[in-house]
Amino acid sequence: MTSIAVIDHGAGNLVSMVQALRRVGAEPQIVATSSDLDDFDGVILPGVGATGAAMSTLSHRGLIDPLLAYEGPLLGVCVGMQILVEHSDEDDNPCLGIIPGTVRRLSARTLPHMGWNEVSGRDDPLLARLPDPAAFYFVHSYAVVPDNPSAVAGTTTVEEAEFTSVIRSGRVAGVQFHPERSGRLGLSVLASFVDGCREVERVA
Amino acid sequence: MLRKRIIPCLDVDEGRVVKGTRFVDLTDEGDPVDMAQAYADAGADEICFLDITATSSGRAIMLDTVRRTAENVFIPLTVGGGVRSVDDMRAVLRAGADKVTVNSAAVRHPRLIAACARAFGSQCVVVAIDARRSGDGWTVHTRGGRTDIGIDALDWAARAVRLGAGELLVTSMDRDGTNDGYDLGLLEAIRRRVSVPVIASGGAGGPADLASALAPGRADAALAASIFHRGIHTVASVKEDLAARGIPVRGAA
Repeated sequence: MTSIAVIDHGAGNLVSMVQALRRVGAEPQIVATSSDLDDFDGVILPGVGATGAAMSTLSHRGLIDPLLAYEGPLLGVCVGMQILVEHSDEDDNPCLGIIPGTVRRLSARTLPHMGWNEVSGRDDPLLARLPDPAAFYFVHSYAVVPDNPSAVAGTTTVEEAEFTSVIRSGRVAGVQFHPERSGRLGLSVLASFVDGCREVERVA
Repeated sequence: MLRKRIIPCLDVDEGRVVKGTRFVDLTDEGDPVDMAQAYADAGADEICFLDITATSSGRAIMLDTVRRTAENVFIPLTVGGGVRSVDDMRAVLRAGADKVTVNSAAVRHPRLIAACARAFGSQCVVVAIDARRSGDGWTVHTRGGRTDIGIDALDWAARAVRLGAGELLVTSMDRDGTNDGYDLGLLEAIRRRVSVPVIASGGAGGPADLASALAPGRADAALAASIFHRGIHTVASVKEDLAARGIPVRGAA
């Protein structure tokens, strides 16, 4: 069984993420206190809400250092993706700084960007198996702007403005949509992440 | 491109789906978890549960229903009915709901909207507005549409968004249960006043009604109940019809 730590930073629907991971054959465990993450084959940083609140809860719970020390596959989801970068305009707060970049407000008339939208780009292992087009469930008003264009692994368009919906820097990836709420195709993205964790496990 | 959402709504009473016509005359129609799963398989973009019991025993049953649904159905789940406090909302979110609607309690205590948005984020706070035509405009009703509280529905919509509502569920009490079509004037007026997503509710009789509600300048999502429950239309057939009319929808997945 591939063990996945699901980081609990106080907000968000962990029931869905845990059940979705079980559905794709992984063994999820919620981690809400400072602990060594090295024993896990992969880590998921889920989330809804705001970047400032997520960062302050992670800090309060002593989870920032374990996340920064973790050397395995890490997937950030929604707010969990956003806090992978260095800074967020949402609460003008610092983030984890694992991937260079900034979280900025989307330029759209109707916000939050809520509902099903397409993700372009099929080079990343998380997206490689998907049909094209494929739509996923989004709910957010801010998005990551990576400093390095090579970190952009998938894009999505809302009201003619394109934003980065998938980022990747080595073993660390982030998706702005909610794979755990995106039906069969969302489960396929999680299955690809879990497969990647399993491969790392085998190599090690 | 962002797709328009089709949201089957299940009125749940003591763990069973019922559908009322104009909020009375309830008939039993099935198990909510099974129905939510079937709708998700047919391409529903979200599921909405409206807890119409809201008694203390009913609430515990509802949380269990939410939990079983979230464990089995991997599309967004919105739950409403009887949410009166931040603690009520927390319990529903912890059970696995993605969004929670607040209605009468928010009208009585508008600060509840701000408190919930602060605690959980605006994205999971849906303010439900039951509106009925009154003169040139619409007024807000509470208690399942029975009481006119005399507040202008458009002013209330704008205030709810200022307080932190991330989405509005706008039900026409004139049309609810009639199958005569959504109140398009109400949707257009609300759309002009607020910048958050708007869900149209009340009056769906067939695909043409959903297409009208989802046309530019109206709603971002359409909620419907009886047309799906009774098998008059399936979610998949409605979406095919909408796609043929040029409304951007997601295919079954």
